[in-house]
Amino acid sequence: MPSICLYFQVHQPLRVKRYRVFDVGINHKYFDDNSETNLNNKKVLQKVAEKSYLPTNKILLELLKKYPEFKISYSFSGVFLDQLKLYLPKVLRSFRKLIDTGRVEVLSETYYHSLAFFYSKKEFESQVELHKQAIKKIFGLSPKVFRNTELAYTNDLALWADKAGYKAILAEGWDQILGWRSPNFVYKPKGGKRIKLLLKNYKLSDDIAFRFSEKSWSQWPLTTDKFAAWVNAINGNGQVVNLFMDYETFGEHQWADNGIFEFLRDLPRAILNHPDNNFLTLSEAVKRYPAMDEIDVPGIVTWADTERDLSAWMGNAIQSSAIRFIYDLEKDVNKTQNKKIIEDWRRLQTSDHFYYMCTKWFSDGDVHKYFNPYESPYDAFISYMNAATDLKLRIEKKLKSKY
Amino acid sequence: MLGWELPPYNSGGLGEACLGLARALSKNGVEVTFVLPQKVDLNYDFMRIVFADIGEDLKHLQNSYLSYRQWVESYGKDASSSPFDFISGALRYAENVSDIVKKYHSDIIHSHDWLTYPAAIAAKELSRKPMLAHIHSTEIDRTGGHYPNPIVYKIEKDGFENADKVLSVSKYTKNILIDDYAINPNKIDVIYNAIDKVSIGNLPPALTEMKNLGYKVVLFLGRITLMKGPEYFVRAAKRVLEFEKKTIFVVTGSGDMLERMITEATYSGILDKFIFTGFLRGEEKDRIMQAADLFVMPSVSEPFGIVPLEVISNRTPVILSRQCGVSEILNHVLKVDFWDIEEIANKIISVIRYRCLHDDLVNESGKELVNISWDKAAEKCIGIYNQFV
Repeated sequence: MPSICLYFQVHQPLRVKRYRVFDVGINHKYFDDNSETNLNNKKVLQKVAEKSYLPTNKILLELLKKYPEFKISYSFSGVFLDQLKLYLPKVLRSFRKLIDTGRVEVLSETYYHSLAFFYSKKEFESQVELHKQAIKKIFGLSPKVFRNTELAYTNDLALWADKAGYKAILAEGWDQILGWRSPNFVYKPKGGKRIKLLLKNYKLSDDIAFRFSEKSWSQWPLTTDKFAAWVNAINGNGQVVNLFMDYETFGEHQWADNGIFEFLRDLPRAILNHPDNNFLTLSEAVKRYPAMDEIDVPGIVTWADTERDLSAWMGNAIQSSAIRFIYDLEKDVNKTQNKKIIEDWRRLQTSDHFYYMCTKWFSDGDVHKYFNPYESPYDAFISYMNAATDLKLRIEKKLKSKY
Repeated sequence: MLGWELPPYNSGGLGEACLGLARALSKNGVEVTFVLPQKVDLNYDFMRIVFADIGEDLKHLQNSYLSYRQWVESYGKDASSSPFDFISGALRYAENVSDIVKKYHSDIIHSHDWLTYPAAIAAKELSRKPMLAHIHSTEIDRTGGHYPNPIVYKIEKDGFENADKVLSVSKYTKNILIDDYAINPNKIDVIYNAIDKVSIGNLPPALTEMKNLGYKVVLFLGRITLMKGPEYFVRAAKRVLEFEKKTIFVVTGSGDMLERMITEATYSGILDKFIFTGFLRGEEKDRIMQAADLFVMPSVSEPFGIVPLEVISNRTPVILSRQCGVSEILNHVLKVDFWDIEEIANKIISVIRYRCLHDDLVNESGKELVNISWDKAAEKCIGIYNQFV
């Protein structure tokens, strides 16, 4: 009986180039690095498109054609879609082809992939609205399911989404919020009226997203039949299996050489081999299954690190100062009514900027270091603050000329 | 163990490193006989100290860290003082070492830098014991690669070639040995230096009047020689002052480029923003490190560079050049290329402006320091000894 819900997060930030104190007041382009480094947004996008987006889209389109029961869900950040429009329209077209099958759901999120909910409700709502409009314009869809940046979730967020009319919201299936309960059922948020809660099965999701190529893992190599057997084992004590992961899992985090594409290509066959299994989009899942219980999440839970909190984004002094600095500009930014200034301000809210400043385990060369295009968290902070300072000067100048 | 100097009679990092390593080795069960070229009054109870009596003035010995060329420049023109010749000193050390080899038993000959290599080779021939050439600083570093003294270079190369193993203080230095001395990489092991105290308590504040007036203090500390990049510090200071006028640049140390540093600051019109404290040691050195808001080490070529570790133990953030060995083991510091004045200034200004950056650097680098110890260095060293005995 378990229904497999595949949801992929697709996002690329606009990384701030190496921006020195001497650029402040002179250079207002923060995101146009054209070096050979990973600060070059266009270059990164092209690389990931070749390695991941294009081949994965091709496979998924074949699978959607081959298996009428196969379904998937995506969430695209607005900054990602902006970059596709600008640099790689053919990738955007290939996503559109998938969506045109009618069996692909697109979720709602903040346009700028930000953590605005925790800093400014008003700004958060503007970004969600902008995203909604973009999804309507690009794909002709109106999202019914909400997911927040980094899967950052609290009761308050769920209540907001409930009021806003969403059918479902996503969160990490973290043991500390579940207690003895299983992530393989549909729940409802504490205090929620109509909205339902879908929880990531992080064990099975991470078997693909993190452990797939790990030779020291006792289950390596992961075959589709082995994976399907784990899913089948849930039969009888679960209704949904929520596999949530970054889309770059395919080809970028897990390399083609390690067989990730063969795995993906064969996965629907292995899953559908058991007559009780099926695939659902997230809206279909909450429509089909009742909420089994209420989940209470008073503090913020995310999908990151072993702590599942926001410490990877705001855990140290440089991160919290930088994020405070940017949200403190809100009132004045809006007063300028200048489109370019507002856009730059929002682009500086993308959560990745703060993630790059994370000092946790920086010494150990782990996942944080792997994803960091800067030499160190401190270099990320310095470029960011210089750019944000320039933005602040632009705002002051604008307001001075206005009044 | 064959050395050239030990604290407090030392001119730089060599003596400190020898002492730190010897102490940790003896703590971990190695019996150390430490040979020095000249009798000095030392009192270390964990090892035996013997002297080769090469018959030279201590004052002269302590300048061993100058390059040969610099040394001739600073002493050679002065006809009244007969210049001490390090090369013949090193050779005399080799002549005198035989008595010591006969008198004191050893299983391993562990020698530190070129001045001791002729003696180590002699000791190896006499005793037929394995010899390790530990390298703390090469002639290439000391001269920045410009006109290395060919005899010194030859003595270094002979030392490496005759050694059964070469111990280098960083990968940076290992690469110099491979590229400039053609030494087989498999023969070279890296043993990083360390410090004894990872955290130093709060000392009476220094430069308080400046700081009360709101000045930020940027520190340069080390021998003021070519390899430490003092002129880059002055140029970066000029750039910083265009943006942050309330900054004071403190220079602690002495050396042959002090005059040039002062001249450059004068020509740039920023001499009034400089304080030269001269050479400091002990508590005074720690106090100036604690008073500083930031320490900058723009070294042109530094085999290791112990000072950043001392600065971190005094809870001050560090900017250092990628051209120094210590940057291989420090993550929570700001790194620059020594020639990139703009980037040095950019980073100095950032630390001055953002207290949170200062604080995170201090906290995180402090944690990192706990894992850098002489015991670890000694452990690795003993592992290498065990390959031979």
